[in-house]
Amino acid sequence: MESLRGKTAIIGAADSDVGVVPHMSATQLCVDAALKAMDDAGITKDEIDGIVSCDSWAEPFLYHAEAISEYLQIEPKYCISVGTGGGTTFSLLHHAASAIATGICDTVLITMADSLRSGISKEKAMKTQASTGHPQFESPYGPSVPSLYALIARAHMAEFGTTAEQLAAVSVTARKHAHLNPAAQMRELITVEDVVNSRMIADPLHLYDCSLISDGGSAVILTSREKAKNYSKQPVYLLGVGEGHRHEHISQAQSLTTSAAVDSGKRAYEMAGLGPNDIDFAELYDCFTPTVLIELEDLGFCEKGEGGAFVESGAVDLGGLLPINTHGGLLSHCHPGNPGSMFALTEAVVQLRNEAGRRQVNDAEVALVHGQGGIMSSHTTLILGKEV
Amino acid sequence: MEHAGKNFPEPTIETEAYWDGCRNRELLIQQCNQCGKSQFYPRMMCTNCMSRNVHWVKATGKGKVKTYTIIHRAISKAYAKEAPYVVAIIELYEGPSLMSNIVGCHPRDVNVGQEVEVTFQDWSEEITIPMFTPIERD
Repeated sequence: MESLRGKTAIIGAADSDVGVVPHMSATQLCVDAALKAMDDAGITKDEIDGIVSCDSWAEPFLYHAEAISEYLQIEPKYCISVGTGGGTTFSLLHHAASAIATGICDTVLITMADSLRSGISKEKAMKTQASTGHPQFESPYGPSVPSLYALIARAHMAEFGTTAEQLAAVSVTARKHAHLNPAAQMRELITVEDVVNSRMIADPLHLYDCSLISDGGSAVILTSREKAKNYSKQPVYLLGVGEGHRHEHISQAQSLTTSAAVDSGKRAYEMAGLGPNDIDFAELYDCFTPTVLIELEDLGFCEKGEGGAFVESGAVDLGGLLPINTHGGLLSHCHPGNPGSMFALTEAVVQLRNEAGRRQVNDAEVALVHGQGGIMSSHTTLILGKEV
Repeated sequence: MEHAGKNFPEPTIETEAYWDGCRNRELLIQQCNQCGKSQFYPRMMCTNCMSRNVHWVKATGKGKVKTYTIIHRAISKAYAKEAPYVVAIIELYEGPSLMSNIVGCHPRDVNVGQEVEVTFQDWSEEITIPMFTPIERD
């Protein structure tokens, strides 16, 4: 089969305001991000013939992408929304790139948002949370979302001797980077002690091991390599993409400490013809601190079991071997639920355009961006570059 | 109404035998008549060889803790009175893993690798929930 390598490029990328944005609905945040991404690309709506989105919790539609197309009065040839939690965003980018490469459409607007902080009542949020897990075989035991990731953290600690302080270091790094990002929701510097002394949510995870709850929207515009040359911004090419899916429910996972990021990473590296040593920076899904350790290991940036030591060494800080989550990640930039990974993608675009200001990664040429959804269930890895 | 408001399972045509088993204080899992593999949760086919020829067997109800967490911030009001409570993944001696609570001990005394056995908690006349408790060693 023909490879997607370098067939498509991102020509526009933008975020809405994020954090606490009470003056906009989830749909408005989605459209706001879309309009900003269109401005960024310098594209008119007539040039967009694909719309991709994911549903919001705060303002759900049965057919979300159709609703957004209708709102924008765009009549696309390709229109789809998908829901695989945090894995949705890059899964959708994979779909969109395939649609362009196979000629279904030329230029796709990928836009998504939610309003989990301002647009949803506490009761509704709790009710949605209470439905986490398999309805018959997990949910009766009262697992919260953090607790399901705590199961992974505990397993990693038991198997490899990972410490609470090493998990905390993930959060400290995210905050360090958010401190340099004026758009981030949480910018005040924190220490390892602050994290391990914060309220215990689900042992071994403390409050500061958990990501934020936010409002926000984010959008990118993807087109063919040929068409990308017609727009003013430095195109960011999709060099590799791969997915991996091994379970939905954590109690069914074959391994608690090795994830399908191994599969998605391998597929993305193979397509790009690159390996972990070629990556200048990475944006890794950090809904809770343990996911980052497992992703660093599974994507080949360090040996299995050494994620904690790798983070503790400062390797993932700006100026380190592999800066990660340069915008502050879900832990400190913002986390409006399913759209969360989109901000990692727009950040990668900003970095590759050399527009990241004080948090700019030096000589950023190739980025790896990884999203996961469910409870380490659905994984997609993207490799992006300035050159094909 | 001790358990009112909790997330009660709703047995389906596929799982009612399992929940009937719990009510009778038996932990039922499935075994394949073709390849012999045991599995959980219940399915219409064997996950190993895809044979539809699977049958219910009574599990020993014994296994070990693969991982666990102590939940301090309960999922909802109905669970708040249990907090801090332990959610664990248990690997049964027969092979399959399942999620449950570890009860009958202090949360601090739960460990990865610990041997546990099933105990049953009646939530209503229809619903009995299998939970696990550490096996006492003399």
